[in-house]
Amino acid sequence: MTGDNIEPIDEIQTDGFAFPAELPIKIKSRNVDVSYGDKQALFGVDLDIPANHVVALIGPSGCGKSTYLRCLNRMNDVIDIARVSGNIELDGVNIYDDTIDVVELRARIGMVFQKPNPFPKSIFDNVAYGPRIHGIANDKAELEEIVVTSLQKAGLFDEVKDRLGDSGISLSGGQQQRLCIARAIATRPEVILMDEPASALDPIATAVIEELIDELRQNFTIVIVTHSMQQAARVSQYTAFFHLGYLVEFGDTEAIFTNPTDKRTQDYITGRFG
Amino acid sequence: MTDISSEISHNWASSNARSRISRRYRRDRWLRNTGVGAIVVAMGLLGILLTSLAFTGYVAFTTTKVKLEVFLDPAKVDRNEPGKASYRNLVREAFLANFPELKKRKNKREAIKILSSGAQYILRDKVMDEPELVGQTISVLLPLSDPFDQLYKGVVPRRINALARNRIASFESLKQRGLISVENGSSYLSLAIVVGPAILKNPKRGPLKKIMRRAFAELFSGETGRVNYKILSRDAVKILQARIRKDVNFAGDKLQVKLPISPIYDALNRTGKAEKLNPRFKSEKVLDLFDALVTRGMIASPFSWELFVNSDSRFPELAGLAGAFSGSLLALLVCFLISFPVGISAAVYLEEFAPKNKFSDFIEVNINNLAAVPSVVFGLLGLAVFIGFLGMPRSVPLVGGLVLALMTLPTIIVSTRAALKSVPPSIREAALGVGASKHEVVLHHVLPLAMPGILTGTIIGLAQALGETAPLLLIGMNAFIPSIENVGLLDPATALPTQIFTWGDSPERGFVSRTSAAILVLIGFLVTMNLLAIYLRQKFETKW
Ligand SMILES: Nc1ncnc2c1ncn2[C@@H]1O[C@H](COP(=O)(O)OP(=O)(O)OP(=O)(O)O)[C@@H](O)[C@H]1O
Ligand SMILES: [Mg+2]
Repeated sequence: MTGDNIEPIDEIQTDGFAFPAELPIKIKSRNVDVSYGDKQALFGVDLDIPANHVVALIGPSGCGKSTYLRCLNRMNDVIDIARVSGNIELDGVNIYDDTIDVVELRARIGMVFQKPNPFPKSIFDNVAYGPRIHGIANDKAELEEIVVTSLQKAGLFDEVKDRLGDSGISLSGGQQQRLCIARAIATRPEVILMDEPASALDPIATAVIEELIDELRQNFTIVIVTHSMQQAARVSQYTAFFHLGYLVEFGDTEAIFTNPTDKRTQDYITGRFG
Repeated sequence: MTDISSEISHNWASSNARSRISRRYRRDRWLRNTGVGAIVVAMGLLGILLTSLAFTGYVAFTTTKVKLEVFLDPAKVDRNEPGKASYRNLVREAFLANFPELKKRKNKREAIKILSSGAQYILRDKVMDEPELVGQTISVLLPLSDPFDQLYKGVVPRRINALARNRIASFESLKQRGLISVENGSSYLSLAIVVGPAILKNPKRGPLKKIMRRAFAELFSGETGRVNYKILSRDAVKILQARIRKDVNFAGDKLQVKLPISPIYDALNRTGKAEKLNPRFKSEKVLDLFDALVTRGMIASPFSWELFVNSDSRFPELAGLAGAFSGSLLALLVCFLISFPVGISAAVYLEEFAPKNKFSDFIEVNINNLAAVPSVVFGLLGLAVFIGFLGMPRSVPLVGGLVLALMTLPTIIVSTRAALKSVPPSIREAALGVGASKHEVVLHHVLPLAMPGILTGTIIGLAQALGETAPLLLIGMNAFIPSIENVGLLDPATALPTQIFTWGDSPERGFVSRTSAAILVLIGFLVTMNLLAIYLRQKFETKW
């Protein structure tokens, strides 16, 4: 990565959009390029994520939403062929700096993956795993407390309260997705990255998750990838539209959906492609 | 969009489409039947192997024994020092008491051979265990020696064919030419012998034998191979000489004589069979004695644990697998303790940590190659490094285990890597996503999920090691272990496969069935290990 490239990041200037001056920025990314082998997936993405807000990433399939999301907690490090360059700062600190501890970073930036991936362990252990390895709970009671509240927040507790010992894999797809959300929030992260968290959920469960997202916003910063315009409109305050690896447009969610400046955004929102 | 579906329409009813469908079904059936055929062939061959082993080997699970009444004379056996008595004599007397008619020492010596030479030790061990028996007459079951054991089990015959097939053929050819006749209950060969005047004057046996043999050889002049002079009786020359002396003035110089043929061929001619006593038995008399024991109901062949609890012995009726068991077990233990942790560590490093580059490719190729290296090579390596260079002792399970570990390592590494690869990457991401460090991802999530595969691979590797013979032979792990009192990592030992090798190489008939039985036991072990592998895999497998 760009150890030699740590310059102070200037204010974002995407097509005349600017955040309110007093808004604290949680994550700043500048000029982020990602390529998988020879294939470049992201081109110079400049994007700011304000604290305690929900930012939605939208765009047609394969445009690089997941790729961008995975840059934010350095999940791309795991992929051998992935190369990331550019600057990403969390609270003003370059997360790709050599001095950054990736483990701590990922504890601070939780992630819910596109495909539900519970551990093949009990429901309880799934949620308790993060707090356990980070030593978040001081005793068993506290750990149980964390597990229960996390499951409650994810809207799963009532369904599984009698079988916390069952395997996480025995749950339905939607339940698994909520289990993963509970697992992510159990480590008390500052930022939560959600890659289509509602893709496997029915409308009721989706509503629970959306409520959760709204509630989490009080304490957390949230970046959510979604294919549902309505969902983006309902849960986010800011929306970024990606297309073919480029960040095409960023702005207030309302502005993006009602009055997009870019032709491609307009086409996408009105369902002309994607 | 809509007109595409009407343009490219497929007529499922056309004959073309129908024949395509039936062709596809035919191929399905073909694929299925080939598979079934392959399985039938494989199972059939395995079945043949196992049945043939079972048929030869089952007799080794029993031992033929004679029931003897032995009087433990306090004058001969000291109750306080029961180990000192001459059990050889006790057994001898008790056995010969059944045959009071035997007087000559030679006959007695022959009779005692019916008993196993190890019988005395069995009696000794029994008395040492229970010294209070001294003074009583006890009834003991003592094993018979190999020939009689095998005779009772019907493995070896009393009599065997005395003549090889080509010998019989040469005799038959004489018979067909009408040269053999029977007179007064014995067979004769008609031979025309040219007798020169010199010999006529002085018919000495030496020259007579020469011309007789020449005349005999002429009978086979057109044939290849050696002339079977043994057909002629030893007395033939004598008879010829007498004949010439009796009638010197026979007409011409070609003498037509009928010469006696040797008893075996005589029997062959008259009864159609030429048999002789099986040379394993000293005389017909001993066999009669043995038959007497059988008729008195003193002989039985019960199932015996001896094959499992005895150690090796020069006498097949006493030889067992206990020494081989313990040797194999120790060697496998060493093998497991080394190859399992080392193999897993290496595989985890290669799969989870090592950067993918030329060097790791190089290592991978080497490990895969190592898995295919013939085991003999590992044996030579062990011999050179462990025994030659490091100066470890020969024949010991420690070195055997080390060599087997070298062999098993690549198998474990390869199967562990495959098991690690099969863990879905999403689980790694899930763990990394909540902030697990590398070791936590591996130890908490990946290894447990890969465990069934790792265990399967390990057990298969160990099963291979259990059956491995060549490397153990090279490091001398085929020692003769007559007792399992000294069993340790640094004591000379043998192992199951090398025991099989040694027994298979022994001349005594009893070792043939012992060998088969030992193979069955080894296969039993392998089956158990593989069942264990299946059980572990099913038990720990994660259902997705
Ligand atoms: N592990 C990978 N190896 C190689 N190429 C990848 C990998 N992951 C993603 N890509 C490529 O990067 C591009 C962006 O992929 P990404 O997953 O970010 O898309 P996305 O916007 O999340 O799409 P979707 O909405 O379908 O999830 C795609 O062209 C994809 O083929
Ligand atoms: Mg995606």
